[in-house]
Amino acid sequence: MTDNKVLMQVRDLSVEYKTRLGMVSAVDHVSFDIYEGEILGLVGESGCGKSTLGKALMRMIQPPGRIIGGELIFNGKDIMTYDEKQMQDFRGRKASMIFQDPMTSLNPVQRVDEHLIEAIQVHFPEISKEEALQRASELIERLGIQSNRMSSYPHQLSGGMRQRVMVALGLILNANLIIADEATTSLDVIVEAKLADEFRDIRREFGVTMLVITHNIALVAELSDRLAVMYAGHMVEMGDVYKVFDDPLHPYTQGLLNSVPNIQLDEGKELYKMPGEPPNLTHPPSGCRFHPRCPMAMAICSRIEPDLIEVQPGRHVKCWLYQDHPEKSEPTLEVSK
Amino acid sequence: MSNSLRRYLITRVLMTIPMVLILVTVIFFIMRVLPGDPIRSQLGPRVSEEQADALRERLGLNRPLIVQYFDFIGDMVTFNFGTALTQGERPIKDELGERLPATIELTIPAITITAIIGIFSGAYAAKNRKKPIDYIIRLLSIILSSIPIFFMGLLFQIAFSVRIPIFPLSGRMDTLLMTTFESPTNFYVLDAILTQNWPALGSALGHLIMPSVTLGLALSGVFVRLTRVNMIEMLQADFITAGRARGIAENRLVYKHALRNTFIPILTMLGLQFAILLAGAVLTETTFSLPGVGRYLVERIQLRDYTAVQSTIAVFAMFVAGISLIMDILYAFVDPRIRY
Repeated sequence: MTDNKVLMQVRDLSVEYKTRLGMVSAVDHVSFDIYEGEILGLVGESGCGKSTLGKALMRMIQPPGRIIGGELIFNGKDIMTYDEKQMQDFRGRKASMIFQDPMTSLNPVQRVDEHLIEAIQVHFPEISKEEALQRASELIERLGIQSNRMSSYPHQLSGGMRQRVMVALGLILNANLIIADEATTSLDVIVEAKLADEFRDIRREFGVTMLVITHNIALVAELSDRLAVMYAGHMVEMGDVYKVFDDPLHPYTQGLLNSVPNIQLDEGKELYKMPGEPPNLTHPPSGCRFHPRCPMAMAICSRIEPDLIEVQPGRHVKCWLYQDHPEKSEPTLEVSK
Repeated sequence: MSNSLRRYLITRVLMTIPMVLILVTVIFFIMRVLPGDPIRSQLGPRVSEEQADALRERLGLNRPLIVQYFDFIGDMVTFNFGTALTQGERPIKDELGERLPATIELTIPAITITAIIGIFSGAYAAKNRKKPIDYIIRLLSIILSSIPIFFMGLLFQIAFSVRIPIFPLSGRMDTLLMTTFESPTNFYVLDAILTQNWPALGSALGHLIMPSVTLGLALSGVFVRLTRVNMIEMLQADFITAGRARGIAENRLVYKHALRNTFIPILTMLGLQFAILLAGAVLTETTFSLPGVGRYLVERIQLRDYTAVQSTIAVFAMFVAGISLIMDILYAFVDPRIRY
């Protein structure tokens, strides 16, 4: 699916939140690429910074949060240098976002058609209302909602329909990148599966790139081409979704995949429980942020932070197991091809 | 009009009947428990008992209380109200007909000023939360809601009609113009427009500015705070974030999306404030010598004019009930989720 053309390059992105207990480093020096036309799954525990990362990609971090550094290169241009006006133009037209709760993501006093027409007209005021409505109802029908529902208010629609309206709002201006932040989490499993399936169709039909942020590992396996795993504000592993599932490299990814309930699990065999708690990000652990919970932690792990390195083409991992360092005494593991 | 809306309206109107009834009953008995009576207030302390009795009989005050009560209820139901007990014993309908327009001409601009100032500065403060302008607006709103109306009125009078004489000090119209001005409805602004008497219109409006600004400002403080709090909550709503993600400008998110969603609590408060508005009108009319119902009520309470006071209170009560009914209907227009 991926033709290796980079749509967005994220370089050294850091986001901090100011809280009463101090600065929380929610996203810490994260770098990765999003390829054109791919579906990239971003997984991690609650509070690992994956939603913050999603918002940061559109520069939508609200105070008390702040992007403290990094580059966001979208189609060759660093959007960190854009002013507010340029950002408004970027949002919706180049990249768009779908949120977790379709119940609250639509303005309750605005009809569906008003939402869609507004989305068009804030970017293209010269487009007439009739033309905008025409375009909107075509899109809505393509997404499987009868166009007579256009004059409904959000509360008159089901959760699945509302989420489809959100998808339509993301697609209406042919945005290149759609960031779906837990977009299917609040839906029931059947609707969720159906919508996830439609994401694939949408990608094919509209040629969009998607970043799917979720804690639902099964959904990601089903949906995405590549997988990115976050832990405590760090990107710890990235790679082809099948490869990561078959052979997770980072101990955190291994634990995460082992924690997924499996109906074929041997009877009597208990579900893996990761020891410890996610760290408090006002005072993140030194070195590798996962080392206090890591079953394979070494002496170096608590002292020096490993880099996210490419251990195989297209396969990145941020772990001392796979890289050398003068202060490291343990042998470095080879990654099987 | 849908069937359910009609049923709702009928129930609502029927519900106001016991409300008004209870209120006027309480007033009826309180007035009679209060020391002093309309006879003494008119004739003074030195008249003989016979003279007082004669007047009492003529006014029907010698009848048993229960008879007087039902007599009054009967008058009220027919919107007839009977005649006043003092000051020429004119029909109360006529007296209120002269006074009510002045009060309405005062309160409509006042509540408009309240709503505009309250809602917009509240929304502006919410948008600029925790910035200096937010603190300034909040401080002003506390000052406005804690200054007594008559004091604020006096300050305006000193500033804008004594020191810098731009606005007239008191009354509804220049006395010179009054000699030629005819007002069949007693709505001076309306009549001036209908008769195309532009100098009279200018004078009537000029006389309204200070009183209505005073009353409007005094009530706006609570709206600033209410709007601000609700807007802050609304601005954190998911649909605002989602709108931002579609590139909708911040001002549009604040003043269109969020503001419309805060109209429900604002409308509720507007309905509730109407009662306070009428109370404020009493003070404003007194400060600016406006011949409205508020001043009428004060005068007649002092004279212990039972029927006049009861009837005025009843009219006030019906007004407040009517306004809150209108607010309830408006809810459905503001919020599509509300259906009757």
